[in-house]
Amino acid sequence: MSAALTFLLNGETVEAPDAAPTTTLLDFIRYRRGLTGAKEGCAEGDCGACTVVVRELDAEGALRQRTANACIQLLPMLHGREVVTVEALGGAHPVQQAMAEGHASQCGFCTPGFVMSLWHGYTTGAETAPGAVADQIAGNLCRCTGYGPILAAAGRARAADEAPDDADRSRRRLGALRAKLNGGLDHRTAAGRFLAPRTAEEFAKAAEAAPEATILGGATDIGLWVTKQGFRPDMLIWLGDCADLDRIEEDEAGLRIGAAVSHERAMAPLAALAPDLGELWRRFASPQVRGAGTVCGNIANGSPIGDAPPALIALGAVVVLRKGAARRRLPLEDFFLAYGEQDRAPGEFVESVIVPRPADPMDLRCYKISKRFDQDISSVLAAINLSVEYGVVRLARLAFGGMAAVPKRAAAAEAALLGRAFDEEAVGDAIRALRVDFDPMSDHRAAAAYRTKAAENLLTKYFIERRFGDQRVTGRGRMIPGKLAAEAES
Amino acid sequence: MSMDGARFAKTAAIGPVPHDSAARHVAGSARYADDIPEPQEMVHLALALATIARGRIASADLEPVRAAPGVLAVLTGDDVPGINDTGPVVHDEPALALSGAGGEISYHGQALFIVVATSRKAARAAALLALIDYEEERPVLSIDDAIAAETYISAPYRMARGDAVAAIAAAPRRAKGRIGIGGQDHFYLEGQIAVATPGEGDEIHVLSSTQHPSEVQAVLAHNLLIPANAVTVEVRRMGGGFGGKETQGNLIALAAALAARVIGRPAKLRLDRDDDMILTGKRHPFRIEYEVGFDDEGRVLGVRFEQWANCGWSADLSGAIADRAMFHADNAYFYPAVEIVSHRCRTNLCSMTAFRGFGGPQGVLGAERMIAHIAEETGLDPLTVRRRNFYAPMGAIPVRSITPYGMMVEDCVIEEIVDELAAAARYAERRAAIAEWNALNPVMKRGIALSPVKFGISFTTTFLNQAGALVLIYQDGSVMLNHGGTEMGQGLYQKVAQVAAAEFGLPLSAVRITATRTDKVPNTSPTAASSGSDMNGMAVKDACDQLKARILAHLGAPDAVFASGHIRWSGGEATWEEAVKSAYFARVSLAASGFYATPKLAWNRDTGTGRPFYYFAYGAAVTEVLFDSLTGENRMLRADILHDVGRSLNPAIDLGQIEGGFIQGVGWLTTEELVWDAKGALRTHAPSTYKIPTAGDRPDEMNIRLWRKGENRELTIRRSKAVGEPPLMLGISAFLALEEALKAAAGRWRPLDAPATAERLLMAL
Repeated sequence: MSAALTFLLNGETVEAPDAAPTTTLLDFIRYRRGLTGAKEGCAEGDCGACTVVVRELDAEGALRQRTANACIQLLPMLHGREVVTVEALGGAHPVQQAMAEGHASQCGFCTPGFVMSLWHGYTTGAETAPGAVADQIAGNLCRCTGYGPILAAAGRARAADEAPDDADRSRRRLGALRAKLNGGLDHRTAAGRFLAPRTAEEFAKAAEAAPEATILGGATDIGLWVTKQGFRPDMLIWLGDCADLDRIEEDEAGLRIGAAVSHERAMAPLAALAPDLGELWRRFASPQVRGAGTVCGNIANGSPIGDAPPALIALGAVVVLRKGAARRRLPLEDFFLAYGEQDRAPGEFVESVIVPRPADPMDLRCYKISKRFDQDISSVLAAINLSVEYGVVRLARLAFGGMAAVPKRAAAAEAALLGRAFDEEAVGDAIRALRVDFDPMSDHRAAAAYRTKAAENLLTKYFIERRFGDQRVTGRGRMIPGKLAAEAES
Repeated sequence: MSMDGARFAKTAAIGPVPHDSAARHVAGSARYADDIPEPQEMVHLALALATIARGRIASADLEPVRAAPGVLAVLTGDDVPGINDTGPVVHDEPALALSGAGGEISYHGQALFIVVATSRKAARAAALLALIDYEEERPVLSIDDAIAAETYISAPYRMARGDAVAAIAAAPRRAKGRIGIGGQDHFYLEGQIAVATPGEGDEIHVLSSTQHPSEVQAVLAHNLLIPANAVTVEVRRMGGGFGGKETQGNLIALAAALAARVIGRPAKLRLDRDDDMILTGKRHPFRIEYEVGFDDEGRVLGVRFEQWANCGWSADLSGAIADRAMFHADNAYFYPAVEIVSHRCRTNLCSMTAFRGFGGPQGVLGAERMIAHIAEETGLDPLTVRRRNFYAPMGAIPVRSITPYGMMVEDCVIEEIVDELAAAARYAERRAAIAEWNALNPVMKRGIALSPVKFGISFTTTFLNQAGALVLIYQDGSVMLNHGGTEMGQGLYQKVAQVAAAEFGLPLSAVRITATRTDKVPNTSPTAASSGSDMNGMAVKDACDQLKARILAHLGAPDAVFASGHIRWSGGEATWEEAVKSAYFARVSLAASGFYATPKLAWNRDTGTGRPFYYFAYGAAVTEVLFDSLTGENRMLRADILHDVGRSLNPAIDLGQIEGGFIQGVGWLTTEELVWDAKGALRTHAPSTYKIPTAGDRPDEMNIRLWRKGENRELTIRRSKAVGEPPLMLGISAFLALEEALKAAAGRWRPLDAPATAERLLMAL
């Protein structure tokens, strides 16, 4: 028997033994606990009005903190953790004072969410330069202010008298809760079962034994099935409590990212492999979504427009699949069979992804084209990884998202480049070859013609950038002033 | 950002104080309709939405809905005792399309029936279970479709002065062009919601997220067949409105009230975001064509505009919105001869509705496109063309002062504002530097543009220009304030409270702000047309004046001054509390209702002439963008804004309106793209697919200033000017700057339709 579903809510121990497994954290705190500071703006993790902070202890007992969209966090995922809502801040926290005095609220509906994102930054010592703050609040939409006063509030709060740090108290409380719960969660209700194994071993067994169950990572996709499509599974098996899956191993060859590792945790190691991975992950959804969603989940769900797969394919990533005790390895690009179809048997799960280190960090360049820079889904994502030795292309891996029913390599374009001198002629051939590789579709994100043209131009951009440096609109601090032509002449 | 605080702080209450609810906003304790604790017996509703855009319901089997878990009732048009219509102006808007066995469907997402259930989830799940067969017809979706099918909301409307056709024909130069302009979803963060509680007999109380409580009251009365005095509509605050809650809350409130009446229990309807975006109206998509005759100096000699508005399936407010687009076809420019013709297309889309600017932004964008075209033809700097066409400045001989609708522009300050802004933003210098930079950079291009705005203030539906207030003084001296304006984040409550506090010479803390309620102030106008502070401020001042006069009469001190919590006159002095107490004991009434009707207005729609506006608000913006000619991606690097708010009641709130309006305007013209598919279904119905600006989209450098010389020449409340809508049009400068950058990349002018998405920009190359 596992303990009942238990978590800390603003320091108070809360048990919810009868909550349906698909109960969202937001519904629970608003309608069962009367904590109405967090708002529902979209119920899909895209507006941030429901932002709360989640704290947990990692395997070593260190405190981890992240922001989360309460609207798509399923309640059992909070088992053994602490949820901090705006009500816990008391109203006089420096972040709140800076927001109020700095005219950072108008209608006020989004405000508690912004307060929590800024509070997370405040308590973790995040940067307060406006560009950095914009990244921290990329998952919070405001329709009234134009954001200026909110961006300024982070710095004002930091400059004010320091608020007492409650991290130690939180760590102690979580430690005590962990000791009390002592084990995984098997949350069985009339509305379904939520199983949270504690090890990869247990997880593999459970998944094999219940192949019809839904495997849950960060719920940043499945949460929307629940809120928007009425998804009510009989059984969910959750990866998030397996400490041995929540590991990133790094060596000379590259990274191995476990199934439970969130994007937020993977960001820095990925950025260390190649700067463009850091830039791509900076624009990957939002802090709230990156804190919950997992790198492996972004692979496992097989979306043709997921941001991770093209970049990882371009690096030659290998996915490790496990069923029971049996493991197999696949080049990541071979995992995606067709739209909505992956090479994964029932009961099998993505245990980890192995990401090789590029020969040169600057070989890999990732271009995400979307309607809006932050917190948007790609219309085209190009990840281009070329090794050029003595002017000749020795390795060519080009992977695209948004150009086909699956994330896909541009085989013909790669062939056009490989072994050739890296010059305009070869790049021109590769651009023409893209028409062989891809026949994209039109939808509300982009028309086929635009996708094609952008993809072609991104090859040109890669070629230009390797010679002259970055040519980009985004990437704070990376904008290139007018030196290009001068360099080109010299 | 700079703030000229000292200049405005003439009395303690007037100045840059924070929003009245700021402390509650940040604490999470400001209550919105969904935050109020639900009584145990509350029922929850969902609306079932049509899945075709045009046709008829052939058959509808609702048994599966009724049989679903938790369902208490299913309500169709047959259950509405009254007219089953929520149209605000014209009754052409069936509230619930399903009546009897059938019903006509006019758009994809139209409300069919209401599910009443024990929980929100149960109601929403059940709403999907109806078995409905449709006889589908080919929908009319675009302006082109409507022109071909000849479907219109109303007859075309024409405004003209002089002989435009002859003037164009006689002009040394001519240009002809067009612009397609996309709509915009309001994306208020708080979706539509209403909570209805039945009272005794036919009484009903409705908490509604609405900008127009009196209209909700009237709609409920008509539909429930009860007198208006049985309906109380209350709204303390909205989580954003922007025009989207001027009429679009009517159906939501009606559903809640109907269910509450039928079931006899409190009822709540809160729309899911996707349903909200699919069901409710948006900013009107437009097409504007123009033909202009001008001289070599770029001066307009004659111009014809033809405007087509996509109004969606019902009239809603489209008539007045299309009118306002015409009123703003001049923006800040004098046209010696002009003709404007407006067509109001009826289509099978959601009913387009009010949205900040109310048609004005589309009209202004049409004018700016024409100006850009003249600049292109003449080779002049667009700013030069703009300057040469401005209305004559205030105080000048009024030879270039008459609008296309015959109103004299008596308060024109645009030239002064533009000159001051152009200098502060170093427009000319930067434009030259950008041209050099562009010459050196083959991939990345920059663009800069300045755009002005002149915006007419008043409802053009003249009778709406009235407001009421209720001011109560209690024996302890505390003041309770109520008026017909609603608070949607714009700071109206605080501004009006500042007026009351200043009138009484009291600190703001002495004035209690209370929720807008139809049982306190009747027959209110919507909080719209930027008029909230102007009208409600004056109505409150009227009430304060009455109360002050009574207190002074009681004190026998006609020359007294109210300041710092005291009343001082030649013969003596009393604290406010003493004076109030003594007035009470002397049996002086300490309650007053105030009223205001905007003066000077005289608009004759039949002749298309008169004075529809009390005054104009002015402003200008310079925006610089960076553009990637390989991908179409772009961002704003810098924006400079100078805006005239008259003598600001609250510079902090006004600056917030300006910045927020600007960014919202930029969103409209750049990333906010509405996509309907060929069957008329909206494909961008959530924040995952509909992209409003985020913090990262704000330009890194932004300089916003209130115009120091600003002072309303009309007798508005403390000589302030309206600020809600005008700044939205400053976002046009970003659109024009993108066109400049695109021109640098393409080598020639490529006029764009709006929004200028990265895709549109790249495909224009």
